[in-house]
Amino acid sequence: MHKWLKQRLDRRSLLYGGMAFSGGSALGALALTGKVASQTAPHAGHGPAPAPGPGASPVANHGAHGNMVTVGDVDNAKNGFDPSALLTDWDTGKVSKLPDGRTLHTFEVAGVDKEIEIAPGIFFPAWTYNGRVPGPTLRVTEGDRVRIVFRNQGSHPHSMHFHGIHSARMDGVMGAGVIGPGEEFVYEFDAFPYGCHLYHCHALPLKRHLHKGMYGAFIIDPDPARHPERAAIARSRLLGTPENKEWQELVMVMNGFDTNFDGKNEVYAANTVAHHFSKHPIRVVRAKPVRLYLINVLEFDPINSLHLHANFFDYYDHGTNLTPTLRTIDTVMQCQAQRGILEFTYKDHEPGHYMFHAHQSEFTELGWMGMFDVVEGMA
Amino acid sequence: MNDTSSSAAILQQQTARPVRLVWIVLPLFLFGLAAAWLFMGQPLRVFDRGAPPIEKLTFERRVLDESGIHLKVRAGGSEPMTIAQVQVDEAYWTFTQDPPGDLARVASAWIHIPYPWVLGEAHKVKVVTKTGTTFEHEIAVAVATPKPDLNQLRPQALVGAFVGILPVSIGLMFYPVLRRLGRDGINFVMALTVGLLVFLLVDTMKEGFEIAGRAAAAFQGHVMVALVALMSFLGLLAFGRRGGAPTGLALATYIALGIGLHNLGEGLSIGAAFATGAASLGTFLVLGFTLHNITEGVGIAAPILKTRPSLIVFVGLALLAGAPAILGMWLGSLALTPQWASLALAIGAGAILQVIVEVSAYVLRGQGGTAQALTPAIFGGLALGAALMYGTAILVKV
Repeated sequence: MHKWLKQRLDRRSLLYGGMAFSGGSALGALALTGKVASQTAPHAGHGPAPAPGPGASPVANHGAHGNMVTVGDVDNAKNGFDPSALLTDWDTGKVSKLPDGRTLHTFEVAGVDKEIEIAPGIFFPAWTYNGRVPGPTLRVTEGDRVRIVFRNQGSHPHSMHFHGIHSARMDGVMGAGVIGPGEEFVYEFDAFPYGCHLYHCHALPLKRHLHKGMYGAFIIDPDPARHPERAAIARSRLLGTPENKEWQELVMVMNGFDTNFDGKNEVYAANTVAHHFSKHPIRVVRAKPVRLYLINVLEFDPINSLHLHANFFDYYDHGTNLTPTLRTIDTVMQCQAQRGILEFTYKDHEPGHYMFHAHQSEFTELGWMGMFDVVEGMA
Repeated sequence: MNDTSSSAAILQQQTARPVRLVWIVLPLFLFGLAAAWLFMGQPLRVFDRGAPPIEKLTFERRVLDESGIHLKVRAGGSEPMTIAQVQVDEAYWTFTQDPPGDLARVASAWIHIPYPWVLGEAHKVKVVTKTGTTFEHEIAVAVATPKPDLNQLRPQALVGAFVGILPVSIGLMFYPVLRRLGRDGINFVMALTVGLLVFLLVDTMKEGFEIAGRAAAAFQGHVMVALVALMSFLGLLAFGRRGGAPTGLALATYIALGIGLHNLGEGLSIGAAFATGAASLGTFLVLGFTLHNITEGVGIAAPILKTRPSLIVFVGLALLAGAPAILGMWLGSLALTPQWASLALAIGAGAILQVIVEVSAYVLRGQGGTAQALTPAIFGGLALGAALMYGTAILVKV
């Protein structure tokens, strides 16, 4: 009896001592199997796999995320938007010419209450711009006139506060564009400075209006004529030019959702749906460089980040420069509302699945991860 | 006169049956009508302010094995609820639900998560429902759940014997010494028995209520414990007195039964501690339980001091009082659901109350009434019995 108890106790303390070891090796094994997975069976099912108990062998290979993934898939049709489609859904508005010859972009945006599916089976009572989260990606050229007709069809006061240069009256704060339900407001300004920006609701309380889903990308392309010394680079960023067509441009808004309203996010993602890009990898042609407009709107957590596997990128903070602010990095950190442009290429890589994710492991494991599916050419 | 009254009686008898039937059917019909109106007319719609349904999820059982984490959950919401995703340690994880689909009120299901849990460490499982509500279950110390095989059952039985059978037997071995006691001495020992039983009653009820609090709300655990304890008390009292108030061996048997049911509860909590790994079961703790329960043997011996039972009777009494601890160990280690565990404890509490009443009645009868009841010997016995149990419990409460 005594011997048996003693034996049990000793075994226990022994195992406590060895814990760091086994934990570490299990993780290592997981990472290894994951890597192999991305090359061989990149998207093999998310079905149950045996998990190692104490002393058992590590997880069998089940795709790069193994069993660490949400179960099922989101009904994009019912949601009214597909996170993959949002990547390249540039909205230039209604384009017309002003009497002075300048270009005018007119956008119509509605604030709408809408329940959206943010992870398979999990529904969130969102506040949206045009029924989607993130809202429409507004894209104009430096110096253009921008007119946004905003109609509040929601149940609470809302606004559109642009990160850009504009007058106080157009700021989208209380007394300058925060409007009640059923009201309308027209924001108007010249598009400056060029870069990768955002807009969001600035009604109070700010935290709630942000994390409920009222944000979107606002991209101002540089006008090559204003930057003669770097006109070629500017042209490559200007939507619609032949130089621009050589690039694969994507926009990702890093966000999260506090589904039980406890001030902490249950779901993390880029473009709203947890694990979307790990279940639906982003097709990238090997030879074409990638330009990623990355925006962080995450609420409750101080920072967010993006880490690119097996590759490095140049980073243009806020996109307000034509030369990189950071060169040859593979991880970039952004606070809320911080954003920037990532430029990278897979031209020297072999085709396959290349992972990207927040390098806050918690965010990754709660949905903010995805894959680039690098292919030789588009079918 | 006689004739008319008897015919009236006949008339009354003839009409009585249909009249009585009406007074059963009519109220039920009215209830049916009210229920139909509530469902069809939806008069409660005005109270609907668009709030989401209330959701509640209780974790009843947990099994950790080589295939991962397995949890038995029971729903208790105002409407059927849907488990959408499962997080383990803040990571979404694949899972299967058995049976699948929405969980109706009070319905239960197993959730199987192929998670590589780490021995000796803590894990947190978070169930996310369709509405985004979360329910957390903490695994304080992850250890493999014992399986009901011989390798596990034997050592558990050993511990059960140590905390149940051994101490009761040691207590009973004081029998020859106790027999030499005079009238005051016997009263003292009987009173000591009551004192220890009062301690056990409070302890069992507390444990029962505590475990009942972990059961799903629909089971109304606290009410269930109180009512079952009461019914068990009254039932045993009535059974025990079917041929007069129990004395001698009968009384000793009831004491052994009550103590046995309490020891079942003790076994449950030790077994559960094994299963959950929440408490490390040290030699000291087991020895504490042994010491704690020795007084119980003395209590069982008290009513049979004037008779001279055979050895086999002593063995029977020791097993009746002690062996349930083994059964408790087994059940507890298999992670018995809280509603069943609290039910067992409630029955035990009722049995203990029955013997408190019977032993007290026995002592009082010997004293010839309540007036002379609290002699120094009796009061001293009561106090010492409770104090012994309380004092030795210090060793086992962690």
